[in-house]
Amino acid sequence: MSTISALHTANHHAPSGPAAKTNYLTDGYSWKSWLLTVDHKRIGIMYLVSVTAFFLIGMAAAGLIRYNLISPSGMLTADQYNKVFTAHGIVMVFLFLVPVIPGVFGNFFIPIMIGAKDMAFPKLNLLSWYVYMAGAFFACYALLIGGVDTGWTLYPPYSTRSSTNVAPVAVAIFIAGFSSILTGLNIVVTVHRMRCPGMTWFRMPLFVWAMYATSLIMLLATPVLAVTVSLLAVERLAGIGIFDPKLGGDPLLFQHMFWFYSHPAVYIMILPGMGIISEVITCFSRKNIFGYKAVAWSSVGIAVVGFLVWGHHMFVAGQGYYSALVFSLLSMFVAVPSAIKVFNWSATLYKGSITFQAPMLYALGFIALFTVGGVTGLFLSTMGTDRHLHDTYFVIAHFHFTMVGGMVLAYFAGLHFYWPKMTGKMYSDFWSRIAAILMCVGFFMTFVPQFVLGYMGMPRRYHQYPPEWQVLNVLSSAGSTVLALGYLFPFTYLIHSIFAGKPAGSNPWGATGIEWTDTTSPPVTHNFEKLPVVTEMPYEYSLPTAPKPTFSYDLPTGDVAKEEHTHVH
Amino acid sequence: MLVANIPILPERASEQAAQVDYLFYFISAVTGAGTLLVFLLLIGFCTAYRRKTMNDKTPRILGSHQLEIFWSATPLVLFLVMFAWGVVVFDQGFAAPADAPEIFVVGKQWMWKAQHPNGVREINELHLLINQPVKLTLISEDVIHSYGVPAFRDKIDVLPARYVTTWYNPNRAGSYHLFCDQLCGTGHSQMIGKIHVMEKADYDAWLEGKRPVKEGPTDGSLAWEGRQLFMKLQCSSCHNAKGRAPILEGIWGTTVPLKDGKTAIVNEGYIRESILHPKRKVHEGWEAIMPTFEGQLSDPTLGLSEEETLIRLIAFIKTLGPGQTPVRTEQFPPPIGAKTELGEKK
Repeated sequence: MSTISALHTANHHAPSGPAAKTNYLTDGYSWKSWLLTVDHKRIGIMYLVSVTAFFLIGMAAAGLIRYNLISPSGMLTADQYNKVFTAHGIVMVFLFLVPVIPGVFGNFFIPIMIGAKDMAFPKLNLLSWYVYMAGAFFACYALLIGGVDTGWTLYPPYSTRSSTNVAPVAVAIFIAGFSSILTGLNIVVTVHRMRCPGMTWFRMPLFVWAMYATSLIMLLATPVLAVTVSLLAVERLAGIGIFDPKLGGDPLLFQHMFWFYSHPAVYIMILPGMGIISEVITCFSRKNIFGYKAVAWSSVGIAVVGFLVWGHHMFVAGQGYYSALVFSLLSMFVAVPSAIKVFNWSATLYKGSITFQAPMLYALGFIALFTVGGVTGLFLSTMGTDRHLHDTYFVIAHFHFTMVGGMVLAYFAGLHFYWPKMTGKMYSDFWSRIAAILMCVGFFMTFVPQFVLGYMGMPRRYHQYPPEWQVLNVLSSAGSTVLALGYLFPFTYLIHSIFAGKPAGSNPWGATGIEWTDTTSPPVTHNFEKLPVVTEMPYEYSLPTAPKPTFSYDLPTGDVAKEEHTHVH
Repeated sequence: MLVANIPILPERASEQAAQVDYLFYFISAVTGAGTLLVFLLLIGFCTAYRRKTMNDKTPRILGSHQLEIFWSATPLVLFLVMFAWGVVVFDQGFAAPADAPEIFVVGKQWMWKAQHPNGVREINELHLLINQPVKLTLISEDVIHSYGVPAFRDKIDVLPARYVTTWYNPNRAGSYHLFCDQLCGTGHSQMIGKIHVMEKADYDAWLEGKRPVKEGPTDGSLAWEGRQLFMKLQCSSCHNAKGRAPILEGIWGTTVPLKDGKTAIVNEGYIRESILHPKRKVHEGWEAIMPTFEGQLSDPTLGLSEEETLIRLIAFIKTLGPGQTPVRTEQFPPPIGAKTELGEKK
């Protein structure tokens, strides 16, 4: 922090000339230099490796689910099937969707985006990775010693009576939850206290806003989950009646507590993705974000109202009629900020200069699929239709559209957008675009039939189903193979790029923001050679001072003077 | 052509189902239009504004308050219409006609046991008379299940230790799927059955094969079976006009004062609780001397579980009119179904 240069502005191009010799990746090669690192970027990479591993495990379980449903009588046994979808849910929710973007991009980019040398609490940051791994260890342990058959929702009294390994899973969720809490705490403090000169709240990139809102939810909601699974464990292990009516408990109490966390948790999953989309859409259309404050405040709005809608999971569960009424109404309000975001992203494209590299394809895919996922949520927050659709494949299709079509595509958008910055290498443009298209096509094939199945009434978590539904199920399973293929592509070309990719340069996409303009690729250990000073709004792509892409687009350079005459739409 | 045979719309067997469908179509139309708008914007902008040269100029547009208000308020209004309409449709599933016959359904891992008011029992099936509204009262013996009938667009979670209700007014004859919609263990996907909606003649024929329906107190109905149990369990030793416990004649549906100053409505839940946990809500003016019957109600020789005994007692108390409490000296009845002087069907 010693060399603060007041003259150094956000729009300076990154230090050119000989790149700094030691970047965060070359700063030590030993195991110890990784496992004991307090560098937020290295911790981000450690999250990247671990969440990717769990994503693969969750994917394998998803593959088994779709394999089982090829036949109406099932390919697995009922118990195997119950364990497989439970494993899929628990791994994907707690070990992938919740930690992925905060852990990977939150860690790696929040300090760089706000001009800090590291997170506010670097050691706590490392601890949260270890806590996450400890939670993951218990989850894997539970799966390896026989699995769990309760579904990821762990509804008692079934979960208090199931003979499978509910207790280790409760421990896993409890521990992994603390990782979330620590990460959330760290991000909140970092955003409040570590912004560089000139980085006011309304100059923060929208990704930081989204992560800030996410972190508030993590801090406030996760403890309730910890309490809930603790009570479940107490009931199972000590026989104290809390949820099981046989012991004097109330099963609806669990559902209230569980969804008090798990509904806000869907916003923990989706909000960071929305933040990434705002970064990518602006960069690849070279436009200011349309309605910066609307997009920023809508993140906060989702975080706040998101706490008040958990009961829409319980319309037919036996909760009171007036509770259902209020939760349905509030759910309508939480849908509005999401609509605001979609319209603002669309409007951002207006009169832009749009290119379709992989990050942009993923981002556009996100908007399309998230829109479908969002509007199908309205069928479920409307009481009259939820009565029919609740606990059917309609629900499955809906939340996969938001979580996979939305969130996972946003994650891939971020991964492809930031990969050059994180590794310093550029991946195959061709194959990355093919993968993005495959994922979208495979996704539609997998989940659109499930909407139809759900409307016809096919229940969730069914190992067997009436034979008239086989065609749609086979179609869905076929789609899932395309989707899986799409997911396997990036593993190949991204890993290949590490060894054989062309150097990316500090700012291949010509993006604004100090993470691009003031750092090398990969960044040095403490991010900046000089402390940046921010003087303008983010996303000033239309100003003449905006950075120019160094990525080869195969487009005419375009004479600036001539362009002014022809480019009138 | 194979494709033509793939069903994509669920069968519809009640007016409630039609109401749900109309709402579903409305939401589909509104959200479909909105989604189409977004898709067209994306495709249109991506086509019209794709990058032509490396130095394309873009205008510096920061936003528009009018547009933000427009695309916040418009969806909100539409969402509120969905909400209001949804409440109306949902309400229809709540208010069963007062005179609708009550069918009890007991869920357990992994079957559905239905008990008609006339005493007919079914497993994993439910035969209904067309255009006859019926009320279902459901309870689970173990974990949470959910009684879902897609053809009625209806579903209700069936909880242990708590009665929930729903109702149907079937208007189309046929056989329809019944599913358990809440994960309940290994046999979850086998906890399925059929709802048979039948024309009057078919229904009568089916009933004929099951059990003759007769009038009077010994008709083999659920309430009659409850009366037998009421005597077998010696309830009338105390619950009689001179006894040490409140008389139950005509008590159904009334509001009774409790010892702690509160009141309770005498319904299925209150009676169930009073039998299993008699000390919890004691009727004002009476001593809490009743022992719990928890764990003593199931009777393997009669083939009745605790919950099945309870619904019979409830059905009996529901119909118990003035002067109808069985006399203490009445002969202790034999197991239900056995041929005796009392139980024999005339």
